[in-house]
Amino acid sequence: MITRFLLSNMDKRGYAFLAIVAAIGLLVPLANLLIPAGSPFHVSTATMSLWGKYLCYALLAISLDLVWGYCGILSLGHGAFFALGGYAMGMYLMRQIGSRGVYGNPVLPDFMVFLNWGELPWYWWGFSSFPFAMLMVLLVPGLLAFVFGWFAFRSRVTGVYLSIITQALTYALLLAFFRNDMGFGGNNGLTDFKDILGFNVQAQGTRAALFAMTCTMLIASFLIARGIVTSKLGKVVIAIRDAESRTRFLGYRVDRFKLFVFTVSACMAGVAGALYVPQVGIINPSEFAPANSIETVIWVAVGGRGSLVGAALGAVVVNWAKTMFTSGFMAPYWLFALGALFVFVTLFMPKGILGTAQGWWEGRKRPAPVPAAEPAPAE
Amino acid sequence: MNAPTPGALTSSLLYLDGVSVSFDGFKAIRGLSLTIEPGEMRAIIGPNGAGKTTMMDIITGKTRPDEGTVMFGGSVDLTRLDEAAIANLGIGRKFQKPTVFDFHTIEDNILLALKSKRTVLKTLFWQTEGPQQKRIDEILAIIKLADKREKLAGSLSHGQKQWLEIGMLLAQDPKLLLVDEPAAGMTDGETAQTAVLLKEIARDHSVIVVEHDMGFIRELGVKVTVLHEGSVLAEGPLDQVSANERVVEVYLGR
Repeated sequence: MITRFLLSNMDKRGYAFLAIVAAIGLLVPLANLLIPAGSPFHVSTATMSLWGKYLCYALLAISLDLVWGYCGILSLGHGAFFALGGYAMGMYLMRQIGSRGVYGNPVLPDFMVFLNWGELPWYWWGFSSFPFAMLMVLLVPGLLAFVFGWFAFRSRVTGVYLSIITQALTYALLLAFFRNDMGFGGNNGLTDFKDILGFNVQAQGTRAALFAMTCTMLIASFLIARGIVTSKLGKVVIAIRDAESRTRFLGYRVDRFKLFVFTVSACMAGVAGALYVPQVGIINPSEFAPANSIETVIWVAVGGRGSLVGAALGAVVVNWAKTMFTSGFMAPYWLFALGALFVFVTLFMPKGILGTAQGWWEGRKRPAPVPAAEPAPAE
Repeated sequence: MNAPTPGALTSSLLYLDGVSVSFDGFKAIRGLSLTIEPGEMRAIIGPNGAGKTTMMDIITGKTRPDEGTVMFGGSVDLTRLDEAAIANLGIGRKFQKPTVFDFHTIEDNILLALKSKRTVLKTLFWQTEGPQQKRIDEILAIIKLADKREKLAGSLSHGQKQWLEIGMLLAQDPKLLLVDEPAAGMTDGETAQTAVLLKEIARDHSVIVVEHDMGFIRELGVKVTVLHEGSVLAEGPLDQVSANERVVEVYLGR
């Protein structure tokens, strides 16, 4: 039943996406590990980590598209779920440092020693266990989304009001995580990671494995998201997006369906954050910044809202462009470029890159027979 | 004045007694009483602002009345339930403006309406079985959209959307159908066909039709209730009602 759920209704574009991500996940780590540094086919560890970051963003974009593109919930706080997943992973990595920290305390992370804390706070318990930490990666964002969604959707908060509340949510978390006495490292966040599952996080092999893992999770999340949106539940969710009260009069409990996709989406965002942290080596409160969540919305809009492949594509394209842009003399103008891009896409490409390309392709195919029908000029 | 007779509560499908609701001090419905028998088809007419749509809102749980009784099937208090619960009890509603799901195919529109468990898990792992597919095909044939099943509902004409919505109501298989202005904006031919369709439906469902088009109501040939300023002004066969002086004065004019 599970395979049928995941693979039925898969279209050509979906298979192409899976094939490309699988190929990248296999070839890039191999090109990094096996091909010598001088070869033009070698992929440097830095490049691989950079692209690993893009793919985490792609996963975040898919999770946002699930709620925004399909259910019409414009979440401006999805960065919060991403950051919470990241913090859960960061806490595991902190506990792995052990006595190798600057203060050499076998239990307490450096920042707690610095703050003169006597013992580990209760909410850090268990994070030395990898399975527990991974559970929290899913559970913490999922639970927050569930509780938040429970109240918001039951009270029928929709549209711009919901967007503002999600924005407030991530801002509140930003302020909270800045505080030292929250016990998450305050302003500096969590960093100086050493090991993950006993392997050195900085090591080339670990980086390659993390990259492959990111591709694997991207594939898994894509399959789950695709299974959801093509199921009857997906049809209900699209119906909610287009005519919410009509769906209610058909007897569907709209709030529960919204709650389901919102929670699933938050869990996915958490996974993206957890994969992101060991590859960039730090998690700090700035990940909660409202601007991050808004940027995610732009990726999805640019790639093609309402298309999972489009969302992933948008995340990679915009972030790649950001890297190109910000590494040159144009760096100070990146935010202007991003804003201009958003306006351009909204005005001229409302279906995003993928939707526009598809429309162009279909348009090219359809009128093709017309000139053929005209009598060919005699030569 | 129009108080239902004792015993009407238990025998009726829908029972409204002394229902009132006001919005910002404006009394949209005042002391409305109405009973619908099982299997009955009833036409409701009245000038703009008479409270026809508000009455439907109350029955379907969109609006809560300030006072009064709204009972379904003699025992269920509708004022305590929300829209989804009322829909699942077996009350279907067709809106004045046709609202179908534009980005779904016609077939999927029917599928979404098809009577089934509406829980999250049941819909997530839904597989359309043979009898359900057969029912969908039947409905598509009834509403004459079988050849367009793969088309997006948004591409349909106004009249076709109205039929699709009636088809969705059929798929829901409700005990009571509330139909708001089914003939609005239709050509004469479409209107006549819609009347045939509704009469067909009324054979095994109770139906309340709100309509302005007197010709259409004549074609239906059922008991008529006239609403005025939120309460019942007259009730009876169309000929009797249209002879009523008060009705002529407030509604029919001339």
